[in-house]
Amino acid sequence: MGLFDFEDGKEGYYGEFGGSFLPEILTSTVNELRDCFYDCKDDPSFWNEFVELMHNYSGRPTPVTHLKNLSEKLGGAQIFAKREDLNHTGSHKVNNVMGQGLLCKRLGKTRVIAETGAGQHGFATATMSARMGFDCTIYMGAVDVARQRPNVFWMENLGATVVAVEDGQKTLKDAINECLRDWVTNMSTTHYALGTACGPHPFPEIVSYFQRIIGVEARDQFKALTGKLPDKVFACVGGGSNAMGLFQGFIEDDGVELVASEAGGSGPGLGQHAARLAYDDATIGVAQGYKTYFIQNDDGNMQDTHSVAAGLDYVGVSPILAHLKKTGRVRFEAATDKEVSETLRLVMSTEGLIPALESTHGFVAACREAATMDKSQSVLVNMSGRGDKDIFTVADALIDEHWKQFIRNKADEYDA
Amino acid sequence: MSTTLEKYVREKLEKKEILLMTHVICGYPSFEDNYKELKIMAEAGVDLVELQFPFSEPSADGPLFVKANQISLENGTTVDQCFDFLEKISKEFPFKTMMMGYYNTAYKLGEEKYIERLKAAGAFGFILPDLPIEEAGPLHTFAEENDQAPIMLMTPTNTQERLNSIGSNAEGLVYAVARKGVTGKKTAMDDEVGEFLLRCREATDLPLGVGFGLSCKDDLDYLKGKADIAIIGTAALRAWEEGQEEGLRTFFKNLTA
Repeated sequence: MGLFDFEDGKEGYYGEFGGSFLPEILTSTVNELRDCFYDCKDDPSFWNEFVELMHNYSGRPTPVTHLKNLSEKLGGAQIFAKREDLNHTGSHKVNNVMGQGLLCKRLGKTRVIAETGAGQHGFATATMSARMGFDCTIYMGAVDVARQRPNVFWMENLGATVVAVEDGQKTLKDAINECLRDWVTNMSTTHYALGTACGPHPFPEIVSYFQRIIGVEARDQFKALTGKLPDKVFACVGGGSNAMGLFQGFIEDDGVELVASEAGGSGPGLGQHAARLAYDDATIGVAQGYKTYFIQNDDGNMQDTHSVAAGLDYVGVSPILAHLKKTGRVRFEAATDKEVSETLRLVMSTEGLIPALESTHGFVAACREAATMDKSQSVLVNMSGRGDKDIFTVADALIDEHWKQFIRNKADEYDA
Repeated sequence: MSTTLEKYVREKLEKKEILLMTHVICGYPSFEDNYKELKIMAEAGVDLVELQFPFSEPSADGPLFVKANQISLENGTTVDQCFDFLEKISKEFPFKTMMMGYYNTAYKLGEEKYIERLKAAGAFGFILPDLPIEEAGPLHTFAEENDQAPIMLMTPTNTQERLNSIGSNAEGLVYAVARKGVTGKKTAMDDEVGEFLLRCREATDLPLGVGFGLSCKDDLDYLKGKADIAIIGTAALRAWEEGQEEGLRTFFKNLTA
């Protein structure tokens, strides 16, 4: 039985995870969205329309690149990357967003809202809204606004209103709460384009449905390139959308191991990281409309998370991935902030690729394991986004004096 | 079999045209202040009180309650302290008490234990706005066994069919949400609200409370004959924030004048 063939009375459940825990006022809106989505899913022309849009607007199919230098340097398995960084707007986020834009049109709604952490989903949503003619409001935690200003700049210039959320931790989870508050007020005109495979049913399914374009392409491309399937497939996991996207291409291939890499931050210990499944600090709970593992205390209140990558800095994880971990289909690992900056340097210097800090978490696990594997083996890692958006954070992590001086000069220029 | 909460409401309704239900967020600004607020509410003749257990993700609440939840948690409020406080006020005051909060509080405690602790603390019901009827089965069974009324929300966007299902899953009283949106914004009491309340009446025989955006005597007057309980949340907290004890006293004096 497929992941999305739900048992009677268990619609939206992946094993014990998922469901829909929303204020009653949203019931009819969510049902309308679900019905519209299932109509689209049953209509083969809808998927074709989506794929065509991604081909001529976002540069798909994105290639699979053999990272020969990196593989040789590590001396183990051959490493390949699925190049989601080459999408328009620079990450896989645009796949889901364009798909939900098509849904929004079918729903006849004129306004789109979205949460964003790193800013990639907000950036993609602002882009889609400009292209498709929707009013757009992006909610972003104030902490993330401060650390991802370049994305905020583009969202605003694309015509979106960016609201800095000052509640709670002022990060991704608080932006989601604010979206829900907007949605309960404006649902008659507004579609909530949730950005990851989390939240209440049908969002995990909708997001996974559009993101599976990554895995569908990657499997064919990998086979064409190497004549076989990879031994292991790696993806970073914040909410889980890029991982769900890539993993779905290989989930039926028992010989392919699926490995998820979470934000290890400064290492194990509550408050130090955002590794819900790789470390032991998270427990099952219900928040933000769904049931999964959350980083929370015994009273069920969410706790602070930490990661160098804003897009992974989140208390919950896709209920589908929580289920796939439980069944043993997906293995979870963590990458620490320190490992991430080391691996980023390595990938940049050997391959001339700049993965986003989020995506670099996938590279950390892939490099760690490839080094111990045989040269005849191969691994595929999802390069879910490009890292130039992270220039401020990366420059700090790499302690780049020239950059600091440039910023000082720029500030002086503005003060003058 | 009807719950104690329902019987209490019906008895009260024999003497009063419309009952008053109020809302306090545990530990905000402090438990001492909560106690002072509740004392004023008791003196003002409040009939029912929902005691909100703070949660880190209060996604159905408006700005003032979001801030209150957050500050309470930052001050270190725990679920244990909330139950202790619930017990204290249930004993000391004449109004009946209910727990209000988010489902994760009940889930983390364990549904059975949650209901047992509510009963032990002297509460007569609970409101969990993020627990839809589809997910509420086992919790409602424990609740029924322990005379705890699961108070369900009816909203203007619900179809009549959905209102009917909510009605058949509710006990004690029904909480009619007067408008779309989160708590705290003023609702215009007009024909739209009146028509919605008629739809709620059709879906349930239970006493009907109306909340979200009620703030003054005119609102209460409008509801007389259309509903049984006026639910006052943010407006009372705002009165407290603006004028402390005196402010809250004046607020209730004007409300019930």
